[in-house]
Amino acid sequence: MPTELLLAFAVAGTFVLYSIFGGADFGGGVWDLLASGPRKAEQRALIARALGPVWEVNHVWLIVGLVLLFSGFSRAFAVLTVALHVPLTLLLLGIVFRGTAFTFRTYDARGDLVQRRWGLVFSVASVISPVLLGMCVGAVVSGRIRVEGRVVVSGFFAPWLTPFSVAVGVLALCLFAFLAAVYLTAEADSEPLREDFRRRALLSGGAVFLAALGVLVLAREAAPRVWSGLLHAPFALALHAITALSAVATFVLLWRRRFSWARVTAAAQVGFIVLGWAASQYPYLVVPDVTIQAAAVSPNVLRLLMVAIAVGAALVVPSIVLLLRVFEARPPRT
Amino acid sequence: MDDLLYARAQMGLSLAFHIVFAAAGVALPVLMVLSDWKARRTGDADYRLLSQKLAKGTAILFAVGAVSGTVLSFELGLLWPEFMGQYGEVIGFPFSLEGVAFFTEAIFLGIYLYGRERVSPGLHLFSGVMVALSGAASAFFVTLVNVFMNNPTGFTPTPTGPTNIQPLVAMFGPGWQYQTAHVLLSCYQASAFAMAGIHAFVLLRHPGSAFHRKALAVALPLACITALAQPLVGDFLAKHTAEARPEKLAAMEGLFETQRGAPLSVGGLPDEETATMPYALEIPRALSILAFGDPDAEVRGLKEFPRENWPPVAKVHLSFQLMVGTGSAMALLALVTLVLRWRRREWPSGPRMMRAWLLASPLGLVALEAGWMVTEWGRQPWIIHGVMRTSEAVTPVPHLAAPFWTFTLVYLFLGLVVAFLLARQVAGTLPGREADDAH
Repeated sequence: MPTELLLAFAVAGTFVLYSIFGGADFGGGVWDLLASGPRKAEQRALIARALGPVWEVNHVWLIVGLVLLFSGFSRAFAVLTVALHVPLTLLLLGIVFRGTAFTFRTYDARGDLVQRRWGLVFSVASVISPVLLGMCVGAVVSGRIRVEGRVVVSGFFAPWLTPFSVAVGVLALCLFAFLAAVYLTAEADSEPLREDFRRRALLSGGAVFLAALGVLVLAREAAPRVWSGLLHAPFALALHAITALSAVATFVLLWRRRFSWARVTAAAQVGFIVLGWAASQYPYLVVPDVTIQAAAVSPNVLRLLMVAIAVGAALVVPSIVLLLRVFEARPPRT
Repeated sequence: MDDLLYARAQMGLSLAFHIVFAAAGVALPVLMVLSDWKARRTGDADYRLLSQKLAKGTAILFAVGAVSGTVLSFELGLLWPEFMGQYGEVIGFPFSLEGVAFFTEAIFLGIYLYGRERVSPGLHLFSGVMVALSGAASAFFVTLVNVFMNNPTGFTPTPTGPTNIQPLVAMFGPGWQYQTAHVLLSCYQASAFAMAGIHAFVLLRHPGSAFHRKALAVALPLACITALAQPLVGDFLAKHTAEARPEKLAAMEGLFETQRGAPLSVGGLPDEETATMPYALEIPRALSILAFGDPDAEVRGLKEFPRENWPPVAKVHLSFQLMVGTGSAMALLALVTLVLRWRRREWPSGPRMMRAWLLASPLGLVALEAGWMVTEWGRQPWIIHGVMRTSEAVTPVPHLAAPFWTFTLVYLFLGLVVAFLLARQVAGTLPGREADDAH
């Protein structure tokens, strides 16, 4: 496989991992906002406990994806940051407020009012950020970002302010909320709490289905390239089949209260949706003017980046496994 | 202001904000691990509390540093798309390695902060060490990018962009040793001085507090060593700049005319229009000695370079003076402190020294910010020296005033919140107050 394809695959991989890990963190914020019922406080405490040790790490996938994009496909990065300047800036504000509010809430544990205010900032930012992220993805796949030479000619609003982009944003929000709810069923340490999130998982799973349907309907008009990619790309149908299977499996497992397995299939479902998106826009990085091959940097730089990825993986993967194992086994409640 | 200036102001502001947290992210883990290690060795409850307080401080500062760093990595493209579009491939490699370092830092910080009760003491301490090492590695790799922007190598420039790219050559541009050492030292120095000042402040009010004396004794060695080492490294860097970037040195010194046996100017307000520098105190031949180690050496003045390539002389000169001034003050205080430490066999804690350390507390950060301004303003009007002008790199997106003011307000707000939270952390350790629960 040519090196630029390998690297493109690595970039897609970081997006998959960011969705599976970082996405669930956004979802946690959504459920923090929507906490309700008699166990409102316990739900929020569970979310805070589950996020605390890992959210900084989960956030790094975004940075790694970004760095690989600008190191390996510099031209595409420049195009995207010009065309999506506005939503990316708003997304950044969301990320800033989300991260700092969560930390301030955790490390300044006094006064319910202060806690609630930071909690509100955290959860509102958690809702807005995934929508913006999805809108950027929607703009990229819709083919409305137009480039001539190195110049973006499609303006700074038109590509991402469309019903289709908004629909992709909503889909991202529903997906992340769904993922978080499924994860939290497995993290919960009491039966009623578990049932709370089981109900939320089933409901948001339904919302994912509806949002995906909406995106699909709009895609035919708004993103013809992806529409045909969804149906005709070589691996697309296989990827969709796996996605559909994981979705059904997650529902069945949730229904039968097999929460640890539901977590795996839900992660697979989200991962394959992201991969399906990536496959459907192949060979374009920015549909329809920038291809992977055209944006790729010189071969020796690509090779070096592959070395960096290998070294990074050798250091990072065992460390993450260690982190997850340390916080996997929950001590008995005190 | 035009859009270029707004873009520069936003980038500058973001860096100025981030650099404070980045410095803390490099240095605080070292202080945290030191106190943790002392706590384990002595079983002393004060050291244990100190390491917990430092861990909380690290967590707060790291989170702000992580998000402001994320902003910066996006802003590279949002504000300077031509720079990243053309040269992303040349400087992407150190950024990728920085990504790896950021990863290990976040992972082991998670284990350190949340794992105190879950992992073995050895693994816990090891995690802290990994956080400290990763932080230093991050700063190292990011500084290499700045070295490249100042002394670009490892490619052949063409009108359509760089060709013949050798990322490893580009990564270790000329003078990389000096600049990375200078930056790393400044991180430790700024944090150690800030911490020493905080505890000196409490000791002035509560002279007997054992906790704060111990905390001071953790901060002072690092503060003194770095404050004395920094002028040496700075001197190497200045000599390198004299060779590699003579117009930058001339701007730093406010030297307009090329001369043999050039004097060193202390103070002074350079005037680009008249090419003079009134109000300066001149030390004969000192600049020639400092720059080339020879009292008769020729130092090139700004007039040898095209006017349109001059950096903003007054800003660079004043920042440089500020950096050298604060650096000298810190070195002097370190020297006095070490002499007292040697004569009395314990770290000084009398009111006069405590007032001095309190006054010196912000100097490390002032020097760090001033030094950063020297290097950034000193590189103007280039984003990559001699290759690409800042005005060629800026984004075509209009109305850049909007994001500039937004981020200014956000950073102002976050800065105030962090200061408030850290003050509360310290307040929790005052004698008579109950130490609040730590993670």
